[in-house]
Amino acid sequence: MPTYVALIYGEDADWMDEAHQDQMAEYGAFGEAAAKVLRGGHALQPTSTATTVRVQGGKGGDVVTSDGPFAETKEVLGGFYTIECADLDEAIQWAAQIPGAWRGSVEVRPVLEMG
Amino acid sequence: MLASLTRTLGSLDLAEDAVQDAAVVALERWPRDGVPDDPRAWLTVVARNRALDRLRREAKRLGKEATTMDLFGSEPSPLPDTVVRDDQLRLIFTCCHPALALEARVALSLRTLCGLSTAEIARALLVPEATMAKRLVRAKGKIAGAHIPYRVPADHELPDRLPAVLGVVYLVFTEGHTASSGEDLVRVDLCDEAVRLARLLRDLLPDEGEVAGLLGLLLLTDARRSTRVDSDGELVLLADQDRGRWDRTAIGEGTELVVEALRRSAGTPGPYQLQAAIAACHATSPTYEATDWVEIAELYRLLEHRSPSPVVSLNRAVAVAECDGPAAGLPLVDAISGLEHFHLWHAARADLLRRLGRDVESAAAYRAALTCDTSAAERRFLDRRLAEVSAPQDS
Repeated sequence: MPTYVALIYGEDADWMDEAHQDQMAEYGAFGEAAAKVLRGGHALQPTSTATTVRVQGGKGGDVVTSDGPFAETKEVLGGFYTIECADLDEAIQWAAQIPGAWRGSVEVRPVLEMG
Repeated sequence: MLASLTRTLGSLDLAEDAVQDAAVVALERWPRDGVPDDPRAWLTVVARNRALDRLRREAKRLGKEATTMDLFGSEPSPLPDTVVRDDQLRLIFTCCHPALALEARVALSLRTLCGLSTAEIARALLVPEATMAKRLVRAKGKIAGAHIPYRVPADHELPDRLPAVLGVVYLVFTEGHTASSGEDLVRVDLCDEAVRLARLLRDLLPDEGEVAGLLGLLLLTDARRSTRVDSDGELVLLADQDRGRWDRTAIGEGTELVVEALRRSAGTPGPYQLQAAIAACHATSPTYEATDWVEIAELYRLLEHRSPSPVVSLNRAVAVAECDGPAAGLPLVDAISGLEHFHLWHAARADLLRRLGRDVESAAAYRAALTCDTSAAERRFLDRRLAEVSAPQDS
């Protein structure tokens, strides 16, 4: 069965904050409902903790780090799930139940199957 | 045939290549050996064998013998009608999957459902052939890569999935309809292709009111096609069209479909049914003067409620102007926002202002319409009207 990653884009938030308890409860409920297709995933800390790394001048070159994510956008990557589904229709059905789908958006991408 | 093969082979690309291979073989052999008794069955068997050859070669290359074993086991057998019907539906719902961009859906549908070549589609949609080829490759790549399923949606999914299919057919039609100025004689007739697709859908989904509504809408609109442009290629307004040349057979069939669809919809007709009902009002009116504008304005009001858009509001305003006079329509037109770049909004304003005797404002509105994107025939029409309202008022 194909594996998909659901990338969750939305508000740049600290999910451990009290204010987001309701949302975390929603995610907890989704996790239970989707247990049979879930193969992994993480919520991410806010982009204020992000570091972008680049190596300049090709492999082995200077490591350049900068504060924050690569692109400054309103909706940021806040977490992801890995799901295993029969096809894209099933993946879309599950993605539509991720709370991020109505608070922001969820990008569904098939993973590259090796071998 | 393509649909059956896609189901057997599980790949649109492979099936398409196989059908092409089979066609080449047929072109070589039929003139020499004569056409077989059942050409379709012959082609299917040849295409299937060709596809198996390709798969076998591919399998050898990848060292994956096992994957092709299932296919070798299944001997080609004649397909019952129900299987063909389901295969066609599967193909339609795959080609029109909402995860594909609308333009990709249109291109794929024309390629696989109407059997047009990439070059024909490119010409019909006015894009370079290389662009169209890339678009098709990309769409097929997404179907395979993202595992867009090759199946008919379940009944409860249909309300979500059907609009994407109907939208494709409607867009194919409007592409053909708006460009029917006859500048390109080799242009594939997109209107005919759209009607063909709508008929296929109607055969496959006879209980869907919106499918009947769409087919009705296309037939009723297409029935007036030959009178929309005169022999010089000039645009002819609905009021001036020669109703005697409207296609009565198409109007009869379209009207029957609308009546049936509306009865089925039980008071909640969908947008295509409403548009078809409006088209039926126009098509069945003996003269322009006899048009039932009250009914049309009411239908547009329902449509505005059901699927609001500024263009629908504009049409409603024009209908209101026809039954209650230009003074009643103008404020409705003026109240619509978001159509500043749409030539017909300016043209409608210009026409109402002209009828109210406000020529200076009317001329300004015609000039504004001419700054928008329009077809050559529409542009000439607007120029003529502009000249009329700009002429000195001494006659």
